[in-house]
Amino acid sequence: MRIVVLVKPVPDTTGQERLGPDLRVDRANVPAVVNANDEYAIEAALKLVEAAGEGDVTLLTMAPVAAPETLRKALAMGAQRAFLVSDPILAGSDTVTTVHVLAAALQRIEHDLVLAGADTSDGGAGVVAAGVAYRAGLPYLSYAARIEPHADRVTVHRLSPVGYDVIESALPAVVVATQALGEPRYPSLKGIMSARSKEIVTWSLADLGLAEGALAGELGGAQATTRVVSAVAPPPRAATRVVRETAQVAGSQVVEFLVERRLI
Amino acid sequence: MRRLARERIAPRAAEVDRTAEFPWDNKELLASQDILALPFPEAYGGLGADLLTVCLAIEALSEACATTGLILAVHVLAAMPIITRGTDEQRQRWLPDLAAGKTLISFAITESDAGSDAGSIAMRATRNGDEYILDGAKRFITQGSVADLVVVFAVSDPDARRHQNLSCFVVETNRPGFSVGRLEHKMGIRGSPTAELLFDAVRIPADNRIGAEGEGFAIAMSTFERSRPGIAAQAVGIAQGALDFAAHYATERIQFGKPIAEKQMVQALLADMDATTEAARQLLYAACAAIEAGDGDAARWAAVCKLVAGDAAMRVTTDAVQVLGGYGYLEEFPVERMMRDAKITQLYEGTQQIQRLVVARSLLARS
Repeated sequence: MRIVVLVKPVPDTTGQERLGPDLRVDRANVPAVVNANDEYAIEAALKLVEAAGEGDVTLLTMAPVAAPETLRKALAMGAQRAFLVSDPILAGSDTVTTVHVLAAALQRIEHDLVLAGADTSDGGAGVVAAGVAYRAGLPYLSYAARIEPHADRVTVHRLSPVGYDVIESALPAVVVATQALGEPRYPSLKGIMSARSKEIVTWSLADLGLAEGALAGELGGAQATTRVVSAVAPPPRAATRVVRETAQVAGSQVVEFLVERRLI
Repeated sequence: MRRLARERIAPRAAEVDRTAEFPWDNKELLASQDILALPFPEAYGGLGADLLTVCLAIEALSEACATTGLILAVHVLAAMPIITRGTDEQRQRWLPDLAAGKTLISFAITESDAGSDAGSIAMRATRNGDEYILDGAKRFITQGSVADLVVVFAVSDPDARRHQNLSCFVVETNRPGFSVGRLEHKMGIRGSPTAELLFDAVRIPADNRIGAEGEGFAIAMSTFERSRPGIAAQAVGIAQGALDFAAHYATERIQFGKPIAEKQMVQALLADMDATTEAARQLLYAACAAIEAGDGDAARWAAVCKLVAGDAAMRVTTDAVQVLGGYGYLEEFPVERMMRDAKITQLYEGTQQIQRLVVARSLLARS
């Protein structure tokens, strides 16, 4: 079972994030972490490989050149190697470019299954995994609460508003992981130490054959189909009412509060 | 490590203190994350970490929970005689399971009448063919009741001169005749069981002896050169944990219409706490580097860093309670626990007075 996990370094949400003059997050001055939803995908991939007793987990990301440091943290969880697509042209890219680039990179990595997080904590679009599946011509199975691979197909329990749907497709396929798959593991010290010597291959657009051909000149920040028009700080939080009573009293006070505001 | 301490260990610390139960879950966590493997050579399944790295780990754990930091510190202390003086066969026998965290080990030198004066140990080890028979009692043995192995120091030759009459043994705690006596009720590190260990004609194979007969005292003393920095690390961690909590509290506690952090008297307290903690930390790191580099005066380095860090922890935690005022005295806030935990760092692995003795002896030998 060869699994590729799509991951993204995102700004650590510590409240220290600042916007740059282009109104985008100033990534250079904020420590990066692996997107939290991607960690569920990594955990699920590691569990699948451990259960199968064979195979490996490969990370794939499109990110700035500083990404390896963040990727090492993900490798420390147990993935075997990572591929990083990085190119100055890609700075400021939108999801369309990301989809093209990741789909092209995926073609160069052997895989039986592709996992991705539901969305990212910075962009939050949640469309890249579906786009990659479409571009790569792979089945797309979203919101997996359970993943059961078989010889040539995969069964997924897809979360729905009322429970879950059991869906199935041929392999390879793209599956979107959710928190229901289980808490990501902490990297062990041996994992952290071995991650130092794991392979991180960096590809440019030229390496992927995207500097020429149909997509040449169509990719990157300059070609983004979306742009940031304005940025507004969230309004300060309104006065908070804290109920400090015994459970019984507190319960009825909370209900009264909600009834007063016609919220229930 | 910090994330682990913050997310998994800190939330349990108050409960561990209140129930005074050994945190087996935290021990399993340390084992599964390879933290207990840190001090062991790679050839035996360890990580081969240097002393500074081990101390950084103890410090990070102790910031959240001194009892949990102590699990690693004791593991290092007690395994040290096997690591440094064991034969290859002995290492092969015991170290892989210790490195994997499958077994725990404790260090038994102290007796009710042999504390600071380790030379006055009464416990006997009598040679009988291929065996030794151990008789006597040990007291104040950290984690003695939860350990699978105990490193024991006993008199093997009552006629030999003081300091040359002791030998060092590894005793499996499932051997007939071994039992746990009383468990002490303590002021701090309450989740770490402190046990009385009773040896009633416990028979062990002669190849459970570490080093030569009569080398016990020397083995114990050289062990302290690498274990006292671990206690200094625990002390620095406790101090940092208390400082962090007090500083955060000061920014939130409003009196006279402003956070108390804006009061210069509170700022002075916090600044002194920070300076004291940082000074102890830097001395600890320097000591680790010197000891690891084979400095000829390792005993002094170990003693000075434990002396300074233990006092720093006591002062900083006491001041942390002061910053919190009456709230600091309540068990709803962690600083009173930290203050109680800090006290032990001035007592065990040699009292502060013994550290001074070691430092002075070293100093005067050079003068």
